[in-house]
Amino acid sequence: MTNTISIRANGLTKKFGTFVATDHITFEVYAGEIFGFLGANGAGKTTAMRMLCGLLEPTSGEASVAGYDVYREAESIKKNIGYMSQKFSLYEDLTIQENIRFFGGIYGLSYEGIRQKGNQLLADLGLQSKAKALVGDLPLGWKQKLAFSVAVLHDPKIVFLDEPTGGVDPVTRRQFWDLIYQAAARGVTIFVTTHYMDEAEYCDRVSVMVDGRMDALDSPQNLKEQFGVNSIEEVFYRLARGAQRAD
Amino acid sequence: MNATIKILLVQMKAFITKEFYHVFRDRKSLLLLFGLPIAQILLFGFALTNEIKNTKIAVYDQAGDRASKRLIQRVEASKYFEVAAMLHNPAEIEGHFKSGQARLVLVIPAQFEADLARQQEPTLQIITDGSDPNTANTITNYLNNIIQDFQTDQKGNLQVRPEVRIVPVMRMLYNPQLKGAPNFVPGVMSLVLLLICVMMTSISIVREKELGTMEVLLVSPFEPILVILSKAIPYLVLSLVNLTLILVLSVVLLEMPINGSLLLLFGISTIYIITSLSLGLLISSVTDSQQAAMLLSLMGMMLPTMLFTGFMFPIENMPIPLQVISHVVPARYYYVIVKAIMIKGLGLSAIWKETAILVGMTIFLLVVSWRKFKIRLE
Amino acid sequence: MKTILFLLEKEFKQIFRNKALLPMLFGMPLIQLIVLPLAADYEIKNINIAVVDHDRSAFSSRLTHKIDATGYFRLTGFMDSYREGDRMIALDEADLVLEIPAKFENTLQREGVERLFLAVNAINGTKANVGASYLSRIIGDFSEELNQEKRNKGASAPSSQIIVTSSNWFNPHMNYKFFMVPGILAFLVTMIGGYMSALNIVKEKEIGTIEQINVSPIRKHHFIIGKLVPFWVIGMVVFSIGQLVVSRYIYHIIPVGSLLLLYAYLALYLVAILGFGLLVSTYTDTQQQAMSVAFFFVMIFLLMSGLFTSIDSMPEWAKVIAYLNPVTYFIEVMRGVVLKGSNWVDLQNHFLIMALFAVFFNSWALFNYRKSS
Repeated sequence: MTNTISIRANGLTKKFGTFVATDHITFEVYAGEIFGFLGANGAGKTTAMRMLCGLLEPTSGEASVAGYDVYREAESIKKNIGYMSQKFSLYEDLTIQENIRFFGGIYGLSYEGIRQKGNQLLADLGLQSKAKALVGDLPLGWKQKLAFSVAVLHDPKIVFLDEPTGGVDPVTRRQFWDLIYQAAARGVTIFVTTHYMDEAEYCDRVSVMVDGRMDALDSPQNLKEQFGVNSIEEVFYRLARGAQRAD
Repeated sequence: MNATIKILLVQMKAFITKEFYHVFRDRKSLLLLFGLPIAQILLFGFALTNEIKNTKIAVYDQAGDRASKRLIQRVEASKYFEVAAMLHNPAEIEGHFKSGQARLVLVIPAQFEADLARQQEPTLQIITDGSDPNTANTITNYLNNIIQDFQTDQKGNLQVRPEVRIVPVMRMLYNPQLKGAPNFVPGVMSLVLLLICVMMTSISIVREKELGTMEVLLVSPFEPILVILSKAIPYLVLSLVNLTLILVLSVVLLEMPINGSLLLLFGISTIYIITSLSLGLLISSVTDSQQAAMLLSLMGMMLPTMLFTGFMFPIENMPIPLQVISHVVPARYYYVIVKAIMIKGLGLSAIWKETAILVGMTIFLLVVSWRKFKIRLE
Repeated sequence: MKTILFLLEKEFKQIFRNKALLPMLFGMPLIQLIVLPLAADYEIKNINIAVVDHDRSAFSSRLTHKIDATGYFRLTGFMDSYREGDRMIALDEADLVLEIPAKFENTLQREGVERLFLAVNAINGTKANVGASYLSRIIGDFSEELNQEKRNKGASAPSSQIIVTSSNWFNPHMNYKFFMVPGILAFLVTMIGGYMSALNIVKEKEIGTIEQINVSPIRKHHFIIGKLVPFWVIGMVVFSIGQLVVSRYIYHIIPVGSLLLLYAYLALYLVAILGFGLLVSTYTDTQQQAMSVAFFFVMIFLLMSGLFTSIDSMPEWAKVIAYLNPVTYFIEVMRGVVLKGSNWVDLQNHFLIMALFAVFFNSWALFNYRKSS
């Protein structure tokens, strides 16, 4: 891990009318870091993530992703990030190969690049024989692993993962995290939200959002020591208990 | 037994309430449910007419004398025509047709007045834009009548009295003012009720399939048939509300009468709505995506219903195979029934045949779609 | 530019993979184009008439035969009592009842004037009107005939006659299908274009794939072009099959005017109507909503387009709506070029107006489609 800053937020705020979804959050994420973004439902995680991805314009505050400003350079940010969510990953009515080709294509890879990287991806996941299968026919676990691989196909500097392992069995989750570690080892910054507290333990640093504020940010070890508890789960409960916003 | 039924009713209520939430939360779908019938009643009532009037015509008057001016005045005075242009050259005719500035050109010969006076039998020429043969025929007839009247006036001086005269005495039954409403209100009713039921039920069921929530419903301790029933009931209620809305609008705005029994009208409408709901159910059991269900109910239902109901185009003009097809369109029977009850004020004895056909269709559709549905579940 | 190619590739694959959609996209409109014009025949013929003849004379049977021989009427009943005639109207077995009074012939011979009674089912006002006027004309002819016979016996009175000749241009055989086919084809293309573009984009919203697109560097207008081009192509193909195959070989309609001009207009029209679909999709979140909204407008477009009823006959406020309706112009152009051979000069206003529609719908939609809200 280097100390190059990959994501920087300073007083980042989003209001919807009078509702403050994200309330002056300030943090930095370093290149190659696995950054866990925790919080109860409705704590403002998704809003924060959408602002960083250039999908939502902040109300106030500053933020830069991969060195680009979220207000002025949203399009440049998009070229440098990958994104996957639990809700959707790939087109189910296209085959594995066609999805790879499409997403490679819209991120501006050359035909040759798509072919090479696509083959590599299929080989890494052991999916060569299924290249022509419709994504809709794959088991969920495979879909998620595939979606992640497709999201990093264009070698983004940062990958945003929105609850990537929802609904996936423990074995596949473990495999999924292996993929994340491999990507991080290549220097990709991982920005991940999750509801699984064991996954939070895999992160280099963890932040916890409560009511739109970022109430804690440190390595899992330091957080546990700070709160004097044995697990991140306990840390989370301590913080979330004070939340005003019901789920 | 009683307790089970009670539980069932409670469950049903939960399901039905959920469906109503879906319907009413979705403001944009309500536009279709209630906006469409209102818009249709207003458009058909006040904007659309099969009557042809205010047709733009051009006159090429080679005579320019008093007789020709009188004739032109007469034409202009009629509600059927609007003299949009005076031509000076026969070459202009085609251009006026092509740009749509005129649908008919009346050519008056030179010396029109003189020829008339000398009893020389002047020839008037009517040229129509025949691309619309219906309009062309009708306006030719109208113009012929005007010319006939004109001629009778001219002859008035000559005092030729026919020796035999037959005077037709007309009586326009049911609709003495020849308004459009008595014809189309039943048509709109058949169309709107069918569309809402077929389209909305099929889409709402297929949507649950697509989103995967159908499985959730089916694994619940609840008979599949009740799941379907609870999907249908809200649309039945909505359709009855719609029916009431259409009737109120027709009576208040269009001054339509309801001559027969209102109870009978609602009773048979309920049967028709159930027929349509079963059709929607059938569509939902043979399709997997909302898009397909939509296309099937729209493209497959809308235009055929509009045509084969007989309220826009006379069924008896259609080729025999189409007339045969028209017999499987439920809207056709409902249309006859509504006209009979609302306008003619007839009772069940006059429409029992149509009613029986609707009931038969409903049973058939329910059986077929229930079978299809079951096969899918297994 | 290259990203658009990838988008197009994906869209076409998805469309052609959808086995439920394809037959409906191509089959349904063509079947409708074959069937509907056969059904959409306005001409009023086959009017059912019942004759109640109280006279049973030579005159009354001559009149009955005369009515039967015109081809407009179908004699469905011949009876003695008016009550039966009334019942036939109630049951829709007769549209018209002609009642010939007793001593009809006698009275005519003796007094020269007699009345006939017509009862018309007027629920369909137009049909009633036309039927009644046909019958009046036949009755008029009949009395003229009787006059002639009398005159031939006596002296003939001279009369000045205006001779009226009529000719119908562009459609000399007065084939109603020539009129309906181009209009119906225009409308089917509208339905396909309007619905499919609206639904397709909303579908991505509904299943969430649009998020994935939004975080990618795809540009707004590239994405939209990628979405619209396939339906533009499909619209062109459906139209071509309809025009060059169905119209030509089933209805034997060969455009009088330039096919190129027709395609130029179609190309522009599709841009406008796809823009409309796009606009609907920006205002809706689910396919059901999109369908409802699109259907509502398409229905009004259909009714107010002059496809079935004449725009000239509408009241002024309705004419305004009709001329704010893009379908109106396309139907006019179709009928103009196909039947009348209208050329560029005749139609340049139509081109201008459609270009305005295209710009209007698309820029509104683009403005409303926020990639980042």
